[in-house]
Amino acid sequence: MKAAHHPAGRDRDVIEGTSGIVLWLKCLILFILRICSALKDRREKLIRRAFLLVIATLPRTVAAQGAEQVRAIQNIFDPLSKPAELINDTARLTLLVCLIIFLVVGGLLLYSVVRYRRKSTDDDTMEPSQVYGSNAIELAWTIPPILIVIVLVLITARTVGEVNVIHSSKDTIQLRVIGHRFWWELQYPDYGVTAANEIHVPVSYLPSTPRPIQMTLDSADVVHGFWVPQLNGKLWVVPNHRNMMWIQPSSLGIYLGNCTVYCGDQHANMLIRVIVEPPEDFEKWIAGQKAQPVADPSVEDGRKEFIENSCGTCHHIAGTPAANGVFGPDLTHFMSRQTLGSGVAVNNDENLRSWLRDPQVLKPGCRMPDMKLDDKEVDLILAYLKTLK
Amino acid sequence: MANGTTTVDVGEEQLPARPGQERGTLTGWIQDLIYTVDHKKLGILYIGMALVFLVLAGIMALLIRAQLAFPDGHVVSPQTFNSLFTVHGTVMIFWVAMPLAFGMANYLVPLMIGARDMAFPRLNAFSFWLTFFGGCLLFFSYVGAPGLYGSGGAPAVAWMALAPLTSRAFSVGPSTDYWSLSLLVAGIGSVTGAINIMVTIFCYRTKGMTLSRLPLFVWMIVTTMFLVIVFLPPLSAAQIMLTLERYLGAKYFDTQAGGSAILWQHFFWIFGHPEVYILALPAFGVLSEVIPVFSRKPIFGYPMMVAASVLIGFISAGVWAHHMFTVGMTSFGVTFFGVATLAISVPTGIKIFNWLATIYGGKVRLELPMVFAFTALFQFLIAGLTGVMLGVAPFDWQLNDSYFVIAHFHYVIVGLILFAVFAFFYYWYPKVFGRMLDKKLGFWHFWLFTIGFHLTFDPQHIAGILGMPRRIYTYHPGRGWELWNFISSIGAIFQALGIIFFVLNLIWSARKGKVAGDDPWDAWTLEWMTTSPPPDYNFEKLPEVRSRRPLWDLKHPDDPDWKFE
Repeated sequence: MKAAHHPAGRDRDVIEGTSGIVLWLKCLILFILRICSALKDRREKLIRRAFLLVIATLPRTVAAQGAEQVRAIQNIFDPLSKPAELINDTARLTLLVCLIIFLVVGGLLLYSVVRYRRKSTDDDTMEPSQVYGSNAIELAWTIPPILIVIVLVLITARTVGEVNVIHSSKDTIQLRVIGHRFWWELQYPDYGVTAANEIHVPVSYLPSTPRPIQMTLDSADVVHGFWVPQLNGKLWVVPNHRNMMWIQPSSLGIYLGNCTVYCGDQHANMLIRVIVEPPEDFEKWIAGQKAQPVADPSVEDGRKEFIENSCGTCHHIAGTPAANGVFGPDLTHFMSRQTLGSGVAVNNDENLRSWLRDPQVLKPGCRMPDMKLDDKEVDLILAYLKTLK
Repeated sequence: MANGTTTVDVGEEQLPARPGQERGTLTGWIQDLIYTVDHKKLGILYIGMALVFLVLAGIMALLIRAQLAFPDGHVVSPQTFNSLFTVHGTVMIFWVAMPLAFGMANYLVPLMIGARDMAFPRLNAFSFWLTFFGGCLLFFSYVGAPGLYGSGGAPAVAWMALAPLTSRAFSVGPSTDYWSLSLLVAGIGSVTGAINIMVTIFCYRTKGMTLSRLPLFVWMIVTTMFLVIVFLPPLSAAQIMLTLERYLGAKYFDTQAGGSAILWQHFFWIFGHPEVYILALPAFGVLSEVIPVFSRKPIFGYPMMVAASVLIGFISAGVWAHHMFTVGMTSFGVTFFGVATLAISVPTGIKIFNWLATIYGGKVRLELPMVFAFTALFQFLIAGLTGVMLGVAPFDWQLNDSYFVIAHFHYVIVGLILFAVFAFFYYWYPKVFGRMLDKKLGFWHFWLFTIGFHLTFDPQHIAGILGMPRRIYTYHPGRGWELWNFISSIGAIFQALGIIFFVLNLIWSARKGKVAGDDPWDAWTLEWMTTSPPPDYNFEKLPEVRSRRPLWDLKHPDDPDWKFE
């Protein structure tokens, strides 16, 4: 892969897009933490250590080396795409505010229950002094939460505005994602390409030359959800209600994601794979997808079996008039995919054979029925599918 | 109605045995529970029913955790798993948490306000039995839904019944109808029950029990019942619309015929979010009674506590769409509901501060009710803060529909509400059965359940942050979720053990527990004035109430509360 020639492209430490109130608050919090660290008091150290421990328990993925790296661990605090980074700034700040509130209020709660617990030496007939309340104190602890809420609201409004945009510049790649039970149909209208389940997109190495991918989310049946945490937050894929979402990945790799809205039996195996590759590789992939499959006379029997068993009712294969279905994934360039059944298994001979014999074994409840093929038919169709590169 | 044919005045419970009814035997006791219109017995029935359903839905949770303990699990089939989480969620909300709230209110409200019974005793029985039979209807789906069609089973549409998954194209057979009709039946029971409790509180208070002297538990119940009356009907309406759509060709939510999936979401959550407060406010009420008594101080800032509860009740009407930040709303919609959601954290924060101030400077007796109440309060602090994170809309885009949300709302429903219910049991069990719950068994219950709770739900936050979506029946290894799910499943075993100790304690202490006496906790509200258990008519005589703590005034005639109010 050519990936090694490029820098890893992690530009998220650049404080671009982190201006205004967020930056100001960051400085404030850093300042407070600095003061805390300056204190030699052991208790403060303990609190800081606990905080660091919490952060350290969250696994982080290692920086990209090449496009083959599978980013299976999708930590939302380790974003690798512009909108996810915007969300992350807000998320980290919110987390920090909440942690501070937790430490202060939780600490006070524990302190008062320990400090004011009844001791065995206490005289039980004596009641503590009866305090009924104080308007001044009530006011004092009502105002800080209101101020915190105002800050969080402002940050929310700002980030919502930044992430909820629709890109239409000429560098933008349009991508139509259609959720089906239980797989993803992908259309690249600019290129006239239809694919399934594995999204190929080019990387945006530098913020100065971004190539955002503007996705249009539609559903063919029930509600689904599109979520690849390192690329963007999730968005529902709703029938009769078009949603827009963009990503702008800054690092190479294969990003894994899931359907997030329960959509039926195989909701768990409606997986997403986003392959972020160097622009040259992306163009190569597009060219491969546009090409007509080469008719290989040696698998003509398999092709016949494919058609005779009505596979074409649901599946489309370009150049084969009898295979023009729209219910299942397009198989024109089936062998260019890494996985089967929307990510349920690796695309190899063994799994493909199992799938052809009975899809309900690998993915019980999926829409493709058991076609009751015998060994010979399976072998023939397998050989034919393997030519669909 | 339970006994619609009899002409006896059922407001008086001094009834002779009915023909064929035996007194003092098990059969007689069961018959008595079936015929009863007494608010105390109905309260016990509500809570007993909730415990039975808690165990059933808890077993479902154990199966769910068993399936997810390891990647590529094969304990149950995907179809079974999907119906397990649907029924688990539905039952826990509608037949465990809500009946617990109604049961607590039923038993305590008349006693706390010094009334003889509820305003409409027979309506009360009617409400209970509707709820009960609604629950039976849902469970009957396991038997009935495969029925004539030979397809389907228990409903598998998630507890929020994600339309258009509920349309006939995607839900073949009657299983979804069991879901919607059972909720409709129980919903009517809840609304009638709520009206009853509201009328009781407003019309049947004893002399001197003004609204500003109501125990805080009763104030929380007022707010709760207001929410039930206003926000359950939208859910019932939605169930009727769904049934019309499935059987009479209406097209509300069926997207294939031009309906809207988002419309269902609005209908569901305009009920669904106030529902959270319907469940949480009674728990707040329990904390507001237990914490002062065991800190030996009156509640700090009573008027602010009342105002905060009522404010929560009102604001909760305008926050429902924060469950829908990810459905694709406009930026304005997202921001509006984000503001409302964050605003509700202010009165909630005030409550926490007031409880804190009640403990502060007190003389805290760490008896079991207080231990549970304090743990509930501490866990609610965490649940509230993860709620703030979910209220910040961009953060929610990442966290929603993930295991983080699962962890968050289990922190609310188990960590706050169930722990408060346990506090309720340890505090009021002596009043109900006349005997104390055993301390040793209670100790085991507390530690097993608390450890189990944290083992189960703390790791789920991290699984969610690592991108684990909810409602998946399986996952591949290598996604970083294995460890967290494994710990979670181990924790479920601890929780189950805790519940076993709890149930053993309930049964054992009813016969062998230490005799409690009228007022074992040296408490201040009216229910501790009468005998334990209270007679059918509740009170022989009542003093005129002159302050928020009538029993304090009686016990401390030299330093009564009314001097300071």
